[in-house]
Amino acid sequence: MTTSANPFDVARIREDFPILKELVHGKPLVYLDNAATTQKPQAVIDALVNYYMTENSNVHRGVHTLSQIATDAYEGGREKVRQFINAEHDKEIIFVRGTTEGINLVAQTYGRANIGPGDEIIITAMEHHSNIVPWQILCEEKGAHLKVIPINDDGELLLDEYESLLSPRTRFVSVVHQSNALGTINPVEKIVELAHARDIPVLLDGAQAVAHVPIDVQKLGCDFYAFSGHKLYGPTGVGALYGRSELLDAMPPYQGGGEMIRSVTFEKTLYNVIPAKFEAGTQNIAGSVGLGAAIDYVNSVGIDRIAAYEKELLAYGTERLSEIEAVRLIGTAREKGSILSFVMDMAHPHDVGTILDAEGIAVRTGHHCAQPLMDRYGVPATARASLAFYNTKEEIDTLVRGIDRVIEVFSR
Amino acid sequence: MSNLHDLYQEILLEHNNKPRNFRKLEDANRQADGYNPLCGDQITLYLKVEDDVIADVAFQGVGCAISRASASMLTQSVKGETLAKAEEIFDGFHALITDPDADVDYDLLGDLEMLSGVSAFPTRIKCAVLAWHTLNAAIEGTEDSVTTE
Repeated sequence: MTTSANPFDVARIREDFPILKELVHGKPLVYLDNAATTQKPQAVIDALVNYYMTENSNVHRGVHTLSQIATDAYEGGREKVRQFINAEHDKEIIFVRGTTEGINLVAQTYGRANIGPGDEIIITAMEHHSNIVPWQILCEEKGAHLKVIPINDDGELLLDEYESLLSPRTRFVSVVHQSNALGTINPVEKIVELAHARDIPVLLDGAQAVAHVPIDVQKLGCDFYAFSGHKLYGPTGVGALYGRSELLDAMPPYQGGGEMIRSVTFEKTLYNVIPAKFEAGTQNIAGSVGLGAAIDYVNSVGIDRIAAYEKELLAYGTERLSEIEAVRLIGTAREKGSILSFVMDMAHPHDVGTILDAEGIAVRTGHHCAQPLMDRYGVPATARASLAFYNTKEEIDTLVRGIDRVIEVFSR
Repeated sequence: MSNLHDLYQEILLEHNNKPRNFRKLEDANRQADGYNPLCGDQITLYLKVEDDVIADVAFQGVGCAISRASASMLTQSVKGETLAKAEEIFDGFHALITDPDADVDYDLLGDLEMLSGVSAFPTRIKCAVLAWHTLNAAIEGTEDSVTTE
């Protein structure tokens, strides 16, 4: 959002991301695949280098100085995550590899302990495979059933249908905060409220939302919130699962190993308290450091300003793409993040992707790990441009010229 | 860029728009399904084999221009050929699209040469070979659907 008092200087922000200077096929990289992974600012790259150059050691239980420094760095990352999503306690933040592992952790611990034959789990029609398959595995094991909240043609959840799906057998609700394939931002507070009125816990898949909208887990009221560091300008291989401490305390452990125990004998092992109970084995220490640096960076720009600027970009992109007759946008929800998913009758998304790549434009093409959603729209795949706050209106113009090129090639 | 024009040659686009033998073969005695999980391309290939000769061949499915044109051209190139000759064509075609320096028998490949531009696009080779792997599966009578992964 450009205001005269505090302009959003995208040119200066772009300076922070070294990769944006790269050329692809001799043309400036136009990176529009941010829903798959975001690029890393210099501050994150420096934090990783600095950690390995000056602080690397294994954490916890070390008496030597480096171990203490590494422990502080690792736990410092946890505190930054806590503040960023406004969790009440540090111990409610479990480090995981990413959103997928966070959801699997809940399904395999909370789920296995609390869901039985004939019980029901509710998800939505727009879930990523990572918020479908872990529940299917659980349902298969336990004889439980998966229920799916349908959507309308714009890609918005039908809340009335959700209410009627909530039954005396519903034991869990797991819903995506922002859809990766459509961009839809779901009314998650309402979803949580309706579930909690029936004492049903709710997990929110925040993989997409976390980098684009301010997250306050206490305000959302959710029981679990999972996200990945690499979609928040941080490194791959690290993410966080927030869980309310009452639930985490009562849950059985996920994996067994070092760090997650209080004492071990061959007869009986006592488990550690949270969060250690869920962090077996040496964790991604550098990942925590990098994620912490990414959060510092995002805070320095301001998530509210990021959200406002991206909204402006989305409006511009939606307008420009809507002007092209051969393009049909998939996902036109009123509440939407900066994702432009589209199909063209004349060209398959994969062909669109190849032609755009020749222009230096990176978009994702395919089913976006949401095959049931593609079926819902009757398309095998879409091309998806997903925007971040370092993207510009000029890059959207380049995308439009790239699409013109697709039309030119396929109209011969 | 010229690579792009080498890839999307007019004849390829023409096969994409009007694929040949694009139907279910009612009297097929062999068939196989192929799937490219990367992009969702899906194909069913039907064969009518008589005395080791491909008497008829057809396909159905959804996919990108490369996979569709490749399947369409496949049906033209193997129809009336012996199974052994079809394998030979596949080997030649595979070399054509994966190795720009391959010593290719262009007489054997005929129109398939038009797909040579794929070799400059490693991510699209899977699209071009899907129908051919499916053909192999149909010839060998493989039960499971083949994938390019």
